[in-house]
Amino acid sequence: MLATHLPVLQVIIPLLAAPLCVLLQHPRMVWYFALLVSAAAFVTSVLLLQQVLETGEISYALGGWAAPWGIEYFIDSLNAYLLLIVTSISTIVLLAAQTSLAKELPDDRHTFFYIAYLLCLAGLLGIVATGDAFNVFVFLEISSLSSYALIALGKSRKALIASYQYLIMGTIGATFILIGIGLMYMATGTLNMQDLALRLADIPESRTVYAAFAFFIVGVCIKLALFPLHQWLPNAYAYAPSVVTAFLAATATKVAIYVLIRFMFTIFGVDFFTTTGPWQNMLLVLALFGILTASTVAIYQNNVKRLFAYSSVAQIGYMILGFSIGTAGGLIATLLHLFNHALMKGALFMALAAVTYRVGSVELESFRGLGKRMPWTMASIVAGGLSLIGVPLTVGFISKWYLIVALLEKGWWFVVGLILLGSLLAVIYVWRILEAAYFSPPENNPDETPEIREAPLSILLPVWILVFANLYFGIDTRLTVDVSRLIAQGFFGVSP
Amino acid sequence: MTGSLLETMLSLTIVIPMLATLGIIVTGSNPNLREIVSLLASLLVLILVVNIYQAYDQGESISVFWLEVIPGITLSFRAEPLGILFSLVSGFLWPITTLYSIGYMRAHHEKNQTRFYACFAVAIAGVMGVAFAENLFTLFIFYEILTLSTYPLVTHSGTEKAKQGGRVYLGILLSTSIAFLLVAIIGTWQISGTLDFSSGGVFPENTSTSILSILLVLFVFGIGKAAMMPFHRWLPAAMVAPTPVSALLHAVAVVKAGVFTVLKVVVYIFGIDLLQTLPATQWLLYLAGATVLLASLVAMRQDNLKARLAYSTVSQLGYITIGALLAVSAGIIGGAMHIAMHAFGKITLFFCAGALLFVGQRQYHRVTTNRRQLEQVVLAGGHTGRRSNAVNGCFANKLFAQYCLPDANTGPRVLFRQG
Repeated sequence: MLATHLPVLQVIIPLLAAPLCVLLQHPRMVWYFALLVSAAAFVTSVLLLQQVLETGEISYALGGWAAPWGIEYFIDSLNAYLLLIVTSISTIVLLAAQTSLAKELPDDRHTFFYIAYLLCLAGLLGIVATGDAFNVFVFLEISSLSSYALIALGKSRKALIASYQYLIMGTIGATFILIGIGLMYMATGTLNMQDLALRLADIPESRTVYAAFAFFIVGVCIKLALFPLHQWLPNAYAYAPSVVTAFLAATATKVAIYVLIRFMFTIFGVDFFTTTGPWQNMLLVLALFGILTASTVAIYQNNVKRLFAYSSVAQIGYMILGFSIGTAGGLIATLLHLFNHALMKGALFMALAAVTYRVGSVELESFRGLGKRMPWTMASIVAGGLSLIGVPLTVGFISKWYLIVALLEKGWWFVVGLILLGSLLAVIYVWRILEAAYFSPPENNPDETPEIREAPLSILLPVWILVFANLYFGIDTRLTVDVSRLIAQGFFGVSP
Repeated sequence: MTGSLLETMLSLTIVIPMLATLGIIVTGSNPNLREIVSLLASLLVLILVVNIYQAYDQGESISVFWLEVIPGITLSFRAEPLGILFSLVSGFLWPITTLYSIGYMRAHHEKNQTRFYACFAVAIAGVMGVAFAENLFTLFIFYEILTLSTYPLVTHSGTEKAKQGGRVYLGILLSTSIAFLLVAIIGTWQISGTLDFSSGGVFPENTSTSILSILLVLFVFGIGKAAMMPFHRWLPAAMVAPTPVSALLHAVAVVKAGVFTVLKVVVYIFGIDLLQTLPATQWLLYLAGATVLLASLVAMRQDNLKARLAYSTVSQLGYITIGALLAVSAGIIGGAMHIAMHAFGKITLFFCAGALLFVGQRQYHRVTTNRRQLEQVVLAGGHTGRRSNAVNGCFANKLFAQYCLPDANTGPRVLFRQG
């Protein structure tokens, strides 16, 4: 009985739980509650993925009103895969939240934090689960507004400016998306994604549709921080509370990429994307610029959180690059990197949470000598960094492998060269951190600062769960590769 | 011996050094116990590789499959002649170097000795993995493990100079392997659909020679450990490491992993028949020849004893690359033999250089002023060489004469003969 309602439970549980947090004022109690909710969402997503893999797509009519009149929740393997990424990262990050926030947020703000966090989670899950274009916008706003609040909770006052920057950019992006959806509605008279796909296919070349497409693509690219629309991201990541950075870096941009894939391939169709207009080349060029520029900028950052933020912009470039190839192989590479990058950046930003907890700063200077004093935390940064570079036996290698294979299928040797150049730039920026941690003498005398020691287990545990996942999915790729193939098969018809 | 036992033994050659790493870290607080772990592991590995050799010699086919990472691409190992030779050389020299390290590291009161021995053991696991890899993918993984695990050894002393050397080391080795070797491997996969080493090569007959030439160039430059000019700078840079590291890793394990990979690629990926027809082969041969000559010339002008030996290694590696690229069976045999010969010779020289270092003579010209000391060392060096193998002993002596004798005439003369 309950199983048939899974698609809506996935969204409604965190959505309803968020306001309930008000009733729990005690930081620890509200943490337990949020953790429980997130875990429930995780279990739901696992069940959904199982169900989708066994019986195929699930369509759920919200409130019993059948589509196209009612809102449809539609889960296929792509949605289920994304739901799994978001809920698993959210749960793992929350494990550390209580400890990490104790140092970064006054006690009376904890309740706010969890409310915003659960709302953001609900928003992200809603975007993924719904089969209705306008609903995507609604949930996008829910997740965005709550993430502005989450970022503004940062300890430094600069967090307010960062949040405001993001608010402005995010609102412009959301407005563009809304205009795009509005124009689609104008051209077709429906908002249901399946219906949109059917009716758009029948419309011959139409300016309205082109305009819709253009508005939509620019709006989404702001949300997913594609170079050069990434300006909001580095500050937002750098000044948000540590756990928020980890959560947003691993999930929010991934969901935006999901929206891009869904609209591009399901609604407009692969042919529209590859044959109409210069979309493919445009995205390809921007992705490459993003990879190289952001990686280079990352090298010169002295704040490690900001460094990884720029690295995220570069990694988003890889995902868009795979997408822009417009083949099944390219899409597989993108989907793999969605999952894999969530694991890497989750691990790295959580490790930074541990550093913030003990050292109080993530400036490169304060990493000096940490290799000895926080061995487990630094080892996790080594593992995450290697994964980011794409060393074999880590998830990063798997993504890169599939991306390069997809590019070679197209014969784009030149692009392969640029990607590998990007990897080398990653070597340098990861390198700078490790050199500070392992080969520079500590900034101040270890005896005078006894509080700088290994992070508490409550933070280390989630970090190492993610590190382990980085290695595990780098060796056993069955789950990720099989699901990605299945999804690509759905869009491109043939098994690559 | 039964097949499954042999399979286990093959796996163990890689697993034992890994386990030794754990053992070394756990016993880190007790140096004597820690060194026993190192020695025990090295002896065990030696026994294993000798047994594998004997079994292979009796016609047993030994291979083991670990796991499938990407459909069609597996982590698996197989014993074949080249790999057995390489593993025997490394397996034999590891215990000896361990003994030497214990004396050296203690005498120098080096810090972080636990990290040293732990990384050393990981490096050996990497070497064994490279030696027995059944396909390019497995080889690549262990090749990278070898690079990463030797980095902390290079920068062991932690001084600014060591960090500088480490940057060059890691920079060149990682960037060539990622920018060239990985592309070459994926290109091979794309063209042939397999990465397994198979005799006669893997490429289908109608592949265009220009693409194959590009791949060959990518392979030869991508295997940075083979120190082909202009990607040889990492080797002299690595000489900031403690001498046992330079001795086993940068005269034997790491560099030989490089030329070993070149040989494997030439024999089992391209196949020597195909290689002969490629236009790139000719050019690479010239480059390898130039590497031999130029590196020798540079070596003559090095004052630092270890740097001199490093450039000599670059030159010697050039010979092996030439042997491989000649694409005739005699060349392959010569190259493979030289892997072993040069290993024994060069490690002896490094051990001697370390001994000199201990009495405070780092520079070549200083050595000349201290003749009596040197004579002792020459005797010791020659003796070690002779004991290991008659032919090889001569070889070591010859090299020794070439680089270390304070007689200004001998060096150039021998070099000339070589060139």
